Amino acid sequence: MTVRLKDLPTEELLHKGNLACAGCPEMVGFRHVLRALGPETIVINATGCLAVITQMGVPKVPHFHVLFENAPAVVSGIDDALRVQGRREGVNLLVVAGDGGTADIGLGSLSGAIERGQDFVYVCFDNEMYMNTGGQRSGTTPYLARTTTTPVGAESRGEPRTEMRRKDMVEIAVAHGIPYAASASIGYPLDLVERVEKAARVRGPTYIHVHSPCPTGWGMDPAKTVEAAQLAVKTGCVVLYEVEDGKRRITRGVARRAPVEEYLRLQSRFRHVVADPVALAEVQRGVDERYAALLARMA
Amino acid sequence: MTTEFWNGNRAAAEAARQARVQVVAAYPITPQTHTVEYLSEYVAAGRLDARLVRVESEHSALSACCGASAVGARTFTASCSQGLQLMSEVLYFASGMRFPIVMAIANRTLSVPVSIWADHQDTLVNRDCGWIQLYAASVQEVYDLVLMAFRTAEDPRVHLPAMVAYDGFILSHASEPVEALPDEEIRALLPPEPPHLRPLLDPNDPKQFGEVLFPDFYPDIEYKKHRALEESLEVMGEAFEDFHSRTGRRLSPVETHGCEDAEIVLVGLGSMMQTARHAATRLRAEGTKVGVAQVRVYRPFPDRDLVEAVGGARTVLVLDRDIGYGSAGMVYPDVTRALYHAPSRPDVLNFIVGTGGKDITPKTIERCVELGRHGYRGMSVFWPDARGPAEGIAYTPGVKA
Repeated sequence: MTVRLKDLPTEELLHKGNLACAGCPEMVGFRHVLRALGPETIVINATGCLAVITQMGVPKVPHFHVLFENAPAVVSGIDDALRVQGRREGVNLLVVAGDGGTADIGLGSLSGAIERGQDFVYVCFDNEMYMNTGGQRSGTTPYLARTTTTPVGAESRGEPRTEMRRKDMVEIAVAHGIPYAASASIGYPLDLVERVEKAARVRGPTYIHVHSPCPTGWGMDPAKTVEAAQLAVKTGCVVLYEVEDGKRRITRGVARRAPVEEYLRLQSRFRHVVADPVALAEVQRGVDERYAALLARMA
Repeated sequence: MTTEFWNGNRAAAEAARQARVQVVAAYPITPQTHTVEYLSEYVAAGRLDARLVRVESEHSALSACCGASAVGARTFTASCSQGLQLMSEVLYFASGMRFPIVMAIANRTLSVPVSIWADHQDTLVNRDCGWIQLYAASVQEVYDLVLMAFRTAEDPRVHLPAMVAYDGFILSHASEPVEALPDEEIRALLPPEPPHLRPLLDPNDPKQFGEVLFPDFYPDIEYKKHRALEESLEVMGEAFEDFHSRTGRRLSPVETHGCEDAEIVLVGLGSMMQTARHAATRLRAEGTKVGVAQVRVYRPFPDRDLVEAVGGARTVLVLDRDIGYGSAGMVYPDVTRALYHAPSRPDVLNFIVGTGGKDITPKTIERCVELGRHGYRGMSVFWPDARGPAEGIAYTPGVKA
């Protein structure tokens, strides 16, 4: 069932005002995820920007800021305890984390929770770097992106790890035999809501990877967050798809992909790439390769 | 009451079962592993209505307990050594969140060199993380203290997590007769669920947990946590009284033997204090008045009980089965602090013994007494069972390389 604008739940589960930077994608994404799940939700928040910017009671639902790497373990304990107490029915357990908390420091804990079959919705807001600490590279930083730990200089062109070897969290989740996994984007909120609603109906672990362009970290005009998110999809840098019981399906296809340059030139972290035709061609090739590899896997 | 023949791990597991724990999360590590295996068997056999979270690391074990505790469930875990160190970050999280989790620890040293044998290094480096720490000297004490740990940790005046430590292999694997209480008696000792006086994670009563606190308010919260841990001594005292009236077994923060007229008092933790009693009896027969003070409650540190135990002794010998590298044993500074303002202010000497599982025999204890009997003579930390390095330097007078 496709979610239309008039189907969107209207109850806002965030109080007005928060500590986010201007143009923050995470607040946009979190707002829609919560609306999709409704008030009977407990949020377990791994350390990251979201935990900081929702301080002082921003969420209207129970919100538990835990450690950086242990949110999946904490939700496991909550899941099992509510079962023993006979209170598990009707409660959504939502884990929210960034790419650092998910793909790097918390990967072991997430792997364990999925493998045990705990019942939760895991949403990763991926801004492709550690922004809570000011912009260091992470396991999902794209090829040649400039971060504070992959600077551009005489001996360095930014992130050296190629596009094909970026951690692909949806596929890592799928390799666990997870019942439901999907990618989504803050640029397509109706699609995001649909993915979250679907995940909530599944019993067992579910994983949603939400692409979240960060103006502060990427060097963008804060007015362009949504535009960047949509361009990421239109250029094929991000592919929106879902995996249900191992079957992959594109949820929002692109008829003709735009050149990556259109997406990159919004971001100062790629300024050196846009200025260098060789580097630009390399990035385009990496994106093409990854896109083709992913599409080849579709059912 | 029935007499059972249990090892320490079994005693800890039985006590946790009788406490009706609801969520157990743990990861295997020698010599603790049996504790969780026993609990798994109880659940499999329908003797315990609990969920086991078979986690992928100790860090996750304690984290899962935190999650369960956040919705009000009674939780239990077990660990030691490297596993406890991996949990270290979560130890502070658990006490800061005031989760009354109980953890059994079969003490084992820390690598490297690799050793699976007992010393107190693992729990002592975590002594200041806001947990109650209890040290058992026998398998009976393991059983008793796990029950007391639940009762004290969950008391609304405390609401802090608790560890019960017992020496790996020496107590975890050796079987001893244990007087076990019937399940009904435990029901009188512990309520069916932890009292829910703090806010829980509940959609009907949404609250925010684990949040930032700005510097102006930080000391207030730290002080409250510190006071709650200090005051747990009194709460534990009440629990010990209740326990005594039901079982006839008297537990105290500091267990004394022959301290009344002692000139020399041995102070320390764990099973070596049983050995110390044995040695003290022999030394007394030879005319040396030696007393033994076993510190059973180590956090909060029972200053007053220790000062009373030491009484008018002129020399106190602190046995540390651990080493605070570059300083002294880790129990030693607590004892010196407590005795500094004591009326008698005895000489206090430190003996590093039995690290990495080296046997502590009555002879080891006698050696400590021999080295320390004349009080302070310019040296305060001794290593009576360490041999010097190849160059022939002795760490301790009289110990040959």
